[in-house]
Amino acid sequence: MDYAIVVALQMLSGVATLVIISLGLAVVFGMMRVINLAHGEFLMLGGYCAILSYGHGLNLWLAILVLPPLVVGLIGAVVERLLIRRLYGRMIDTMLATWGLSLAFIGGVNMLFGNSVSGVSAPLGSFAVGRFHVATYDMFLVLAAVILSAALWAVLRFTPAGLLARGTMQNAEMASALGVAPDRVYAVTFSAGAALSGLAGGLIAPLSGVLPTMGTAYIAKAFITVITGGAAMLTGTLAASAVLGTVSTAFTFLTTPVFGEVALLIVAIVLLRLLPRGITGRFLRRAL
Amino acid sequence: MKRTLLQIAAVAVLAAVAAILLPRTLQLFALINATVFVSMAVLALSLALIWGFGGILCFGQTAFFGLGGYAYAVAAINFGDTTGAIPIALLVPTLVAAALGYLMFYGRISDVYMGVITLTTTLILFKFANSTAGDQWTIGTAPLGGFNGIPGTPPLNLPFQPDAQLEPQQVFVVAVICLALCYAVAKLVLRTRFGRVAVAIRENELRAELLGYDVRRHKLALFALGGLMAGLSGMLFANCVFVSPTMFSLSYAGQVIIWVLVGGLGTLVGPVIGCILVQMLTTWAGTLHSVDPNVVLGVVLMLVVVVLPKGLLPTAAAGFMRLVGRARA
Repeated sequence: MDYAIVVALQMLSGVATLVIISLGLAVVFGMMRVINLAHGEFLMLGGYCAILSYGHGLNLWLAILVLPPLVVGLIGAVVERLLIRRLYGRMIDTMLATWGLSLAFIGGVNMLFGNSVSGVSAPLGSFAVGRFHVATYDMFLVLAAVILSAALWAVLRFTPAGLLARGTMQNAEMASALGVAPDRVYAVTFSAGAALSGLAGGLIAPLSGVLPTMGTAYIAKAFITVITGGAAMLTGTLAASAVLGTVSTAFTFLTTPVFGEVALLIVAIVLLRLLPRGITGRFLRRAL
Repeated sequence: MKRTLLQIAAVAVLAAVAAILLPRTLQLFALINATVFVSMAVLALSLALIWGFGGILCFGQTAFFGLGGYAYAVAAINFGDTTGAIPIALLVPTLVAAALGYLMFYGRISDVYMGVITLTTTLILFKFANSTAGDQWTIGTAPLGGFNGIPGTPPLNLPFQPDAQLEPQQVFVVAVICLALCYAVAKLVLRTRFGRVAVAIRENELRAELLGYDVRRHKLALFALGGLMAGLSGMLFANCVFVSPTMFSLSYAGQVIIWVLVGGLGTLVGPVIGCILVQMLTTWAGTLHSVDPNVVLGVVLMLVVVVLPKGLLPTAAAGFMRLVGRARA
């Protein structure tokens, strides 16, 4: 019984981790249709930001939750201005340019901080479930995933900024005719997505440690999650995370973490064969 | 048809010159490096074919490259003779490409998703290959070796004579011949009805479909052919280096795309030139010590996309045509 509870909690945290690493991409790719292959590196930069600032004596919670989104959001704004802006509408070129960006970030961080893992131990300790111990930080991630998704939904649904963003993504020309500057909306949305990715990097840094190439471990999962989600980016990402996270955690328990990831990717490929337009291409179409 | 044959003949002459001249003039180390470049050029050619002419955006061509290398190494160690290993090295990646292609093309997954799925495939293989350290991971007598790969990958031998292993000079000649052959095959395939339909699909998938062509089947066949070439490339690569999970890695997967783009999408010779140029650049960047080679590659990629979106060969060809036009006028 205790074991079942532990497995269930782990599944929950597996799902939450997927949600967290995918939300930034859901905004940048799901909404803006910018294929950002440097998404993993935004996570990596967020992670480095958290670990380094904590190492220099910043309060751990500030280092995890506040600084990474600010710094990476800023980096995102610069990237948008210099690179992405030239490539809107050229989907494949964007993909290649952001791949170049990703390589450059990996190389740059490698030069600055070296190719070794550094990290902090996860805060909050653990709590007991019968004979087992579960890390409290894992549950904090679940809470964070819920709050982040709710906040993103609320911003998109209820604030004027969210309305402008959704409208511009739907029809940039019409938005422009109504007096909105699409350039600026794109820039802000991209930076917001980058900030979400940075925050995700900060959140997972205590669990995974940071390494220049850590982004490559997440990029595929994040893309697969958002794509499997389909058109309604927030609902889709949540639904896909729920399916894929559960499967991957189940396989991790049954076999090894590697096969957990392999199972995730295979399930996603088969799902896309069955539902080529993603989960929300078939179900919950009108959701956000 | 005449033009195609002329181009093939020109490439054959170039290959013959390279195969005769380089082994006599280059130092052994430089020659092995050159063999790596040539084997990678086969990989570039495979992507040039399926992406440039079939419009199939495959980001994970390295999946087939690595599978070819691993299949070759495992089979060669088990057989003790590389004669039987060669068909296996070609068959395994072709079959995997066909299976993956079936899921993608018959699922009618769009371009972009296809790029992501193929990339994911190579990353799965990368992770899997990395996790195969230890004694429980052997196929027959060949240990997969996890992160270290299979350092003792046996070099090619003369058919059915396991003791007559090829010298590095001979491996180079074999690689050059393979490259020329792949070029000829790609060129000829594009001249057939099948090749023309493939190009028509790239131009306008819906129109080709409405004209009654089975888009999915054509794409699948082309994709499998690309997988076969990539497998051949992996086998050649395994001959001059050795197989390791790096063959599946993101940086290799990225490089292939870069070669094709730098050389020029929609040409066959361009990506080969791009491949050799970029590898020379990477080798040079690797000796710099002060700059990480990834930075150089990344910056080159961004610059190419922004400044030279058509690639070297088409840009150069257009420039040449303009010069000729001016001279005539």
